[in-house]
Amino acid sequence: MTFFLQMLITGIVVGSIYALVALGFVLIYKASDALNLANGEFVLIGSYICLTLVTVYQIPFIIAFLLTLVINAAVGMTVERVVLRPLINAPVISVIMATIGLASLLGGLVHMVFGHQTKSYPPIFPATPIQLGGIIISPVYLWSFIIVMILLLAFSIFFKYSKMGLAMRAVADDQMAALSMGISVKSVYAITWGIAALVAAVGGVLLGNINGVDASMAMIGLTVLPVVILGGLDSIPGAIVGGFIIGILQNLSAGYLQPILGGGIKEVMPFIIVILILMIKPYGLFGKGGIERV
Amino acid sequence: MKNPFVMECGNYKTSYRKDMELFRNPRVKIRMLVIVILLFLFPLFASNYVIGLATLAAIAVIGAIGLNILTGFTGQISVGVGAFLAVGGYASAILTSTLGWSFWISLPTAGLITAIIGGLFGIPSLRLKGLYLAIATLAAQVIILWIIGRWKSLTGGGSGMILSRPTVGEFSFQSHNSYYYLVLVIAVLTTIYALNLFRTRTGRAFLAVRDRDVAAQIMGINLFSYKVMSFAISSFIVGIAGALLAHYTMIVTVELYSMQVSIQYLAMILVGGLGSVFGAILGAIFITLLPVALGYMVEFLTIFLPDAHAILSSFRQFVFGLVIILFLIFEPGGLVHIWNNIKNYFRLWPFSY
Repeated sequence: MTFFLQMLITGIVVGSIYALVALGFVLIYKASDALNLANGEFVLIGSYICLTLVTVYQIPFIIAFLLTLVINAAVGMTVERVVLRPLINAPVISVIMATIGLASLLGGLVHMVFGHQTKSYPPIFPATPIQLGGIIISPVYLWSFIIVMILLLAFSIFFKYSKMGLAMRAVADDQMAALSMGISVKSVYAITWGIAALVAAVGGVLLGNINGVDASMAMIGLTVLPVVILGGLDSIPGAIVGGFIIGILQNLSAGYLQPILGGGIKEVMPFIIVILILMIKPYGLFGKGGIERV
Repeated sequence: MKNPFVMECGNYKTSYRKDMELFRNPRVKIRMLVIVILLFLFPLFASNYVIGLATLAAIAVIGAIGLNILTGFTGQISVGVGAFLAVGGYASAILTSTLGWSFWISLPTAGLITAIIGGLFGIPSLRLKGLYLAIATLAAQVIILWIIGRWKSLTGGGSGMILSRPTVGEFSFQSHNSYYYLVLVIAVLTTIYALNLFRTRTGRAFLAVRDRDVAAQIMGINLFSYKVMSFAISSFIVGIAGALLAHYTMIVTVELYSMQVSIQYLAMILVGGLGSVFGAILGAIFITLLPVALGYMVEFLTIFLPDAHAILSSFRQFVFGLVIILFLIFEPGGLVHIWNNIKNYFRLWPFSY
């Protein structure tokens, strides 16, 4: 039972980070119908920037963290302006390929600048694990979970009540109508990409604190794809629920199936779920299905 | 014979049959023959390294044509080519090394096995399109590679399998030249097949599915069978390419078929030109030679930067991404569009309007 709870709680914590990164996918997809396959690279960049600010420039963590958010948001907006805007109205495969190319470009750039070695954050969160009736939780996990929850709540409020959030929802719903109501679709796109990159940076810093920073971190972009498919590509609650489901299933399968099926099941599990979901409910749990007419 | 330097003229097509001919006029036929003959003579002048590159490029051409049938012509985005290459390679490895079959039987069988597995993964394509299909094929890639990596008794797991080069009687395709010829012949056959495919009923149905599948269905095209067929045909060709690659490198391991490979093949058809056989050929050659060219460039850079070698792999990755993005933004038609523009410029010169 303890083992199950341990796996469950690890799954919830990992799932909360997945939810955060998935939020980046969903935001961009909602606004511009593009799947940003370079999201993992945004996570990587955020992680490296914060690490560099903390270790090389000796900036206190909180300030470095906030700076990272600003820088990453700027990166996201630049990418939107330079790469994605010329591709508005391009076929799906062009946009997919553009973000794949972007992932390759950003990944290469990051390695040229920061090198290939795994680097670790200086201890920021207390190291002594917290005991909860036999279940051990590392404070990093706990803090990650709290930060993610606060952020998800903040974003829900932002989308619901702020003017910008309203504009973003309007654009996601109907670009033409939004345009004619005087909403600048271009600036909404730019801000969406900025927010997505910012959210990715938070994920990057948290993951960097948990696992250390190296090239493989960008893989989270792929791992999170199943999350967004499960929840529905255009649903923010879907991203959160999907994140928890995938995180929990992944850790439970690692705990119970690994001894039977051997290593690697943890990485494959989400993709098996994706195939099943696509077969049964192609638009995910909360996604909107489209009706197509000739 | 007519002067070869005058422009093509007198092209009056009076029947549908003439309009659909593979070679628009005798001149095109002669030009194609000359190119093929030059390709066959090429090893006589080239070094082993260059022939090796040409072999890899020719294998890539086969694979890229296969992918282009699926993605470029039928509009079904596939991010799982790497896995299908792996299936072809492993199938041939198991058939020849474990079961002791002849290469000449195992090659088409590997293609068939890949076609069956590709067709299976094509079944969801009826309900999924665009982005969702891309993710489904991505998932297929991860799952297939995981199964290959785990199924130790069949595939050797992490250590991979060893293959040998094909033989005919006493003759073995061990040398660089002979294997190049083998691959070249298959590449030429694949090209001819693909060119002909789009002159048939099936090929036209594929194009209709790409352009608007709902409309195609209303016109009486059975979406399901044509989509699965497109997956199967494409996978067959990709499987052949995978088998050829495996027998060329003489080893198969899971690492050879990562996501990166799938992306490279997508880049080939995109940079070359979606929905164009010639484009797939150009793109395959371009993407195969790009890292080589970058290698030389970094070699040159080491004169100024002693540690330039250390960044080579990252630099390749960077330029690869850059090339894709630049093509998408500035030349979505790909290399084949550039080529046609140049051709038209000379054809119409000096009256380009």
